[in-house]
Amino acid sequence: MTDHQHDYKCSNMLGNLSDYIDGELQADLCAQIEEHMKTCENCRVVVNTLRKTVELYEKCSEEKIAIPGDVKERLFARLEIQEYLKR
Amino acid sequence: MVERQDDATLEALRSGDREAFASLVEDTSPQLYRTALQILANEQDAEDVLQETYIKALKALHEFEGRSSLSTWLHRIIVNEALMLLRKRKAPMLSVEEGTSFNGEEESEGMEIVDFCCLPEGELMTAESRLFMERAIQDLPDTLRTVFVLRDLEGYSIQETAESLNLSESNVKTRLLRARLRLRQELSGYYSEKVVKEKSE
Repeated sequence: MTDHQHDYKCSNMLGNLSDYIDGELQADLCAQIEEHMKTCENCRVVVNTLRKTVELYEKCSEEKIAIPGDVKERLFARLEIQEYLKR
Repeated sequence: MVERQDDATLEALRSGDREAFASLVEDTSPQLYRTALQILANEQDAEDVLQETYIKALKALHEFEGRSSLSTWLHRIIVNEALMLLRKRKAPMLSVEEGTSFNGEEESEGMEIVDFCCLPEGELMTAESRLFMERAIQDLPDTLRTVFVLRDLEGYSIQETAESLNLSESNVKTRLLRARLRLRQELSGYYSEKVVKEKSE
């Protein structure tokens, strides 16, 4: 990690982070991570930004999006429903 | 309500109502196309798979038992179609049990420490940042991207993801963590300038 004091706990913690942010990590390991984060600002940032990354992607995937017009046109033509195509 | 709508749509579809089919395609194709694009990271392949999905769905309508919504069912079909194409394209990529162990020391090398959580929501979710996020997924290797898309974007469980990709659950977890860490790294780099700006204001 940039400017990050490497110690056993930091790198050891990384392997459990997905389970931790998903709330699926066993209680004693959660407690260890939380204890470690009290004194390690860098790890706290990594955990928070990892959680935020997943949240942002989830939010994006829930948003309504538009299909490119030409893709839609070809799709409706292939499915022989072009007369119902809303442009 | 959704179920009742689905029942009516299903009945119309089964009786060959093309307008009902067009309406289903209209409603579901944007999300399905995005899912295919996210898995395949290739526009032409995503388009082909999208078309195939509806053709297969029409043929398989009689098998649809209504245990899930029509939209969920279509999602399952497109995910399977996309994964099948991916396997054909890069046969060994998805089945090999590689990289099952996670080396924290290695992964933490050069890790960006930028607290972008402090940025306002408007700054995090601009049109430009959404585009960056989409590209970051597409830049992931297939092995990581597929796991991330199924688990975090499509909402599959670890077990379902493992079954879909023919991987062990521990391998799925390792790949998921790697994918998330890589995306976190990309976003940290992307947002770092904004964080510096925000702090100086």
